[in-house]
Amino acid sequence: MEDIEKPFETKELTISMGPQHPATHGVLRLVLNLQGENVTKCTPYVGYLHRGIEKLGENRTYFSALPLSDRLDYISSMNNNVGYVNAVEKLFGIEAPERAKFIRTMVAEMGRISSHIIWLGTHVLDIGATTPFLYAFREREVIMDLFEMLCGARLTVSYPRVGGVRNDISQEFLDRLYEFVLDFPSKMDDYETLVTENRVWKDRTVGIGVISAEEAINWGLTGGMLRGSGVDYDVRKYAPYDAYDKVEFDIPVGKKGDCYDRYLVRMGEMRQANRIIKQCIEQLPAGPVMADAPKFTLPPKDLVLKDMEHLIHQFILITKGPTVQEGEVYMGTEVPKGELGFYFVSDGTGKPYRMRVRAPSYVHASVLPRLCEGGLIADVIANIGTIDIVLGECDR
Amino acid sequence: MEPVNITEKVKEIFPEEVLDVREFRGQVSVTLRKNRIRDISRFLHDDPDLYFDYLVDVCGVDYLGRKEKRFEVVYHLYSIKHRHAIRLKAEVSADDPSLDSVTPVWIGANWHEREVFDLYGIKFNGHPDLRRILMPEDWEGYPLRKDYPLKGPAKEWRGFEDVLERSKRFRDYEWHG
Repeated sequence: MEDIEKPFETKELTISMGPQHPATHGVLRLVLNLQGENVTKCTPYVGYLHRGIEKLGENRTYFSALPLSDRLDYISSMNNNVGYVNAVEKLFGIEAPERAKFIRTMVAEMGRISSHIIWLGTHVLDIGATTPFLYAFREREVIMDLFEMLCGARLTVSYPRVGGVRNDISQEFLDRLYEFVLDFPSKMDDYETLVTENRVWKDRTVGIGVISAEEAINWGLTGGMLRGSGVDYDVRKYAPYDAYDKVEFDIPVGKKGDCYDRYLVRMGEMRQANRIIKQCIEQLPAGPVMADAPKFTLPPKDLVLKDMEHLIHQFILITKGPTVQEGEVYMGTEVPKGELGFYFVSDGTGKPYRMRVRAPSYVHASVLPRLCEGGLIADVIANIGTIDIVLGECDR
Repeated sequence: MEPVNITEKVKEIFPEEVLDVREFRGQVSVTLRKNRIRDISRFLHDDPDLYFDYLVDVCGVDYLGRKEKRFEVVYHLYSIKHRHAIRLKAEVSADDPSLDSVTPVWIGANWHEREVFDLYGIKFNGHPDLRRILMPEDWEGYPLRKDYPLKGPAKEWRGFEDVLERSKRFRDYEWHG
């Protein structure tokens, strides 16, 4: 009997979680030091998906580096493209026409919904709920089909281009998107019925991975991670780009900064994204979709095939790249994960001298030890889900 | 606060440190000596009028053969409270590629500085955990330097040879089920 009275002693155990592990959402490796069920130390190892995108970008023209941005966060490539082209346009000093801006805002919000849907599905699946995952992918499929209709690609879209978008949108596309937009709030209600007040869900997420507002800012967190702690920082409001200053939307913020608040924030963001898309469709102005800046934008393809001058022009722009003023520009945009920034240093040639990608997933992965240490091993899974990282973007 | 006023304030307090101020497309970059970068960061973070609480990004740039000092470490700062931004650039020479870490000011600088160390070989004094992060720990060379070959070093990385060797072995593996 006396043996039972004594506290149970455990040896410290070190386990390697990942890089091949279904709950790490890609190739994230965590080395966990455990004392029984408690995590005493957590060390993330990233870089398994490092492809040298920054180095590649420095050796390509501004036009041909665009598809690289697709491969950053491959489940919301539309948003990365929008971020990339906005930064390049700022460097070039050109502006996209109004219609292109609205289209870009619209497709970026579609990308946001599709990314958040994946986050929702996988996050709840990790914690043990299978049903929302299946429903979530049903809605994502609609968006993927719409992307395919728009530009022929489902994942790596490269639809926004420097100076505008690749092609105009059709009425059929708008009709189908509007149908989706009207329908989507009821789908959101379905997810929320399944998850929000679910006892198991709340037990696993309320009070887990708490981070205060000051600390979150100091860590450099952005997106849902920061807003879950109650800071309303959103690039779309603080430094509006595209058509975000012309549409109305709210910024959902949390209070406590735990996994549950971040869940509520992202659910709110999906509803807001839906609202933005609806406004974009209703307010969509007529006009061209490509800026009239022949020195910096590729000529239309039909003219290239007919006309010698345009062919030469296209040839020069593709091989040499545009002539850009010397200087440097940083531009941040709000992607589903947080603030995606591009920093370009131009040396006056057609290729960026330095292309830096400020990836939100990278910053969010760095906060994992802070969230996991001192918690239970089961909460590590909840924390990986809540930081919402994509390793393609984290490792670049 | 307007970027011009911010730079003036920095100049006033650290007159020796500011080398150059440039504006391009409405964004102001301040080039600094590297020696007192942590003091400057601390000042920018703590001053109530400036209050740069959010370190957006830290990255390196290699100006091989273009500038006297080969490297620059670039800090992008933003104040969520006052909604203003500034870019700091610390010059680092090739002979002594090291400067003070700003992790005591912004803890989020940790991984960014590790990345600069990994890809440029610039050391950060006082960093809590300066290891390679994106490249394998036994990698030789610093890939984002301009003199690093684009297609990688001529000799394959040792770890990759191991993988090839092992895959060859597994290909001959016979399954006795």
